[in-house]
Amino acid sequence: MNRPVYDPPRTAESIATAGRPPGPRAAPAHAPAAPPALELRGVSKSFGRPRGDQLVLDDISLAVAPGEFVCLLGASGCGKSTLLALAAGIDEPSAGEVSAVGPRPALMFQEHALFPWLTAGKNIELALRLRGVPRRERRLEAERLLGLVRLSGAYGKRVHELSGGMRQRVALARALAQASQVLLMDEPFAALDAITRDLLHEELIRVWQEWNQPGTDARSLSVLFVTHNVREAVRLGGRVVLLTSRPGRIAREWRIDLTYPRRLEDEAVAEKSKEITEELRKEISRHARS
Amino acid sequence: MPGADTRRPRRAADPRTLLPNTPRDGNELDGLSTGLDALQSAQHKGGARLGKVLLTRVTPPVVAIALILTVWELVHLAGVKPDYVLPGPRAVWDALVEQWYLGTTLGVIGQSVSRGALGFLAAIAIGTPLGLLVWRVRPVRTAVGPILSGLQSLPSVAWVPAAVIWFGLTDTAIYAVVLLGAVPSVANGLVAGMDQVPPLFVRAGRSLGARGLRGVRHILLPAALPGYLAGLKQGWAFSWRSLMAAELIAGSPEMGYGLGQMLENGRVAQDMPLVLATILLILCVGISVELLVFAPLERYVLRTRGLLERAP
Repeated sequence: MNRPVYDPPRTAESIATAGRPPGPRAAPAHAPAAPPALELRGVSKSFGRPRGDQLVLDDISLAVAPGEFVCLLGASGCGKSTLLALAAGIDEPSAGEVSAVGPRPALMFQEHALFPWLTAGKNIELALRLRGVPRRERRLEAERLLGLVRLSGAYGKRVHELSGGMRQRVALARALAQASQVLLMDEPFAALDAITRDLLHEELIRVWQEWNQPGTDARSLSVLFVTHNVREAVRLGGRVVLLTSRPGRIAREWRIDLTYPRRLEDEAVAEKSKEITEELRKEISRHARS
Repeated sequence: MPGADTRRPRRAADPRTLLPNTPRDGNELDGLSTGLDALQSAQHKGGARLGKVLLTRVTPPVVAIALILTVWELVHLAGVKPDYVLPGPRAVWDALVEQWYLGTTLGVIGQSVSRGALGFLAAIAIGTPLGLLVWRVRPVRTAVGPILSGLQSLPSVAWVPAAVIWFGLTDTAIYAVVLLGAVPSVANGLVAGMDQVPPLFVRAGRSLGARGLRGVRHILLPAALPGYLAGLKQGWAFSWRSLMAAELIAGSPEMGYGLGQMLENGRVAQDMPLVLATILLILCVGISVELLVFAPLERYVLRTRGLLERAP
């Protein structure tokens, strides 16, 4: 096998949590009761000082199974990004609990957020370095991760020399370099043109599947993907969770039992999207009445 | 499962994966991705040719200087002012040549430049931690921030009398003036640079695990480099100006003989060509440092970050 073999970090914690991941298409519901890769229990978040009277997220409970791909769907301002910040541990919930297995979840933004003073390869190496990978292993690992996102020749490229799609793939590689078992994505492809986005969807699914293929040493990779695009959610997710706005609450969720790879123009994807869109519209008009 | 398993996983060492790439057989997505990459990547033209560089970048300043010299010579020839007040370009040139044959000119320039450089380096060593402190500690910022900004607008000549009274006619007095002139610029440049770091970089850094000191080192400092560099550039300009002011006023036989003292000697001797020649030398040093040190540094930093669109 020439598939990249993931090198698990050597921490006691990771040894404890290292388990054989289910295949990406194995429905997590039927999986043996493995602990969720990411779990939010009754999480609320309010902003506004000093009283914290602006409730953004209200009692969110969400579990992402190891190896699962969950899409979080909602209109603008429903607190999706806040939720990801909480899950990533860069913000604290006002109430409730957030827990994730393994190292800190990796986070990808709508903007690539690559550091322009570093080359593509060095961006990835910085993530490796901050994770504690020894210097002599970083270069090879960075090259491997770039290869995983099909950018083997881009090691020495500066960020501005890369196209938008390439930047997001480097950002994906950098996120993977964190060796987290949870990848949080905050509308990562929203700023890309439709053609590039379509290809990146496919690449993301491919990388996720490769990472999660059973029978390898790799630990599972769960994805929590935030989007406002119903089709995108249906195309990517094994589960789609609808978030309402103001405050953000989980309204409904759908299991998407379609085989990968899916296409944006697939009949089944279209059908499911229609169903979800209708629900989404109802959700929005509910706001008009209140 | 179809799809996933038919795709050949990617090997990092595969030379065919180098960009730009031709589609690999039997792998549609690969071909699509690399094709799109090739389409969307900027095509870089080769560097500008030497002849063009000479024409577009060297000619205009040369023409401008020639024009100034011509006007100067014409005014001189017209005899608007007597020779000892307004000598012609040739007399100034002769004064320069005369100084050169005295064999001390390089020493004089060296004296000033080494003082300026030493003072500037000290200003960096003091201004950088000071800037970090002001940026990081809120009360310090509230207390010291406005004073630092105010000091930037205080002409450093104003410090010369005070420095002379404190330290006498010594090099210490000169360095004190240089530091008081340059440190606020360096510190302020760093603070401004740090303030302008996009919050996205900070968030990305935090999610990668760069918090606290590691965040400062790996994210904030490199991100603030362009602003810091602008502060350094201004710091050097202030160092050089302060130095000239200090040398001009605080000169004594025991101290090294710099450009400022040369200027003062010219004034005392009513030697206008020497005064003008010295001014030219001071100007040349300033321009040289800008062209040889700061311009390339700045261009490098901006270009690697894609902040410099046009070819230099």
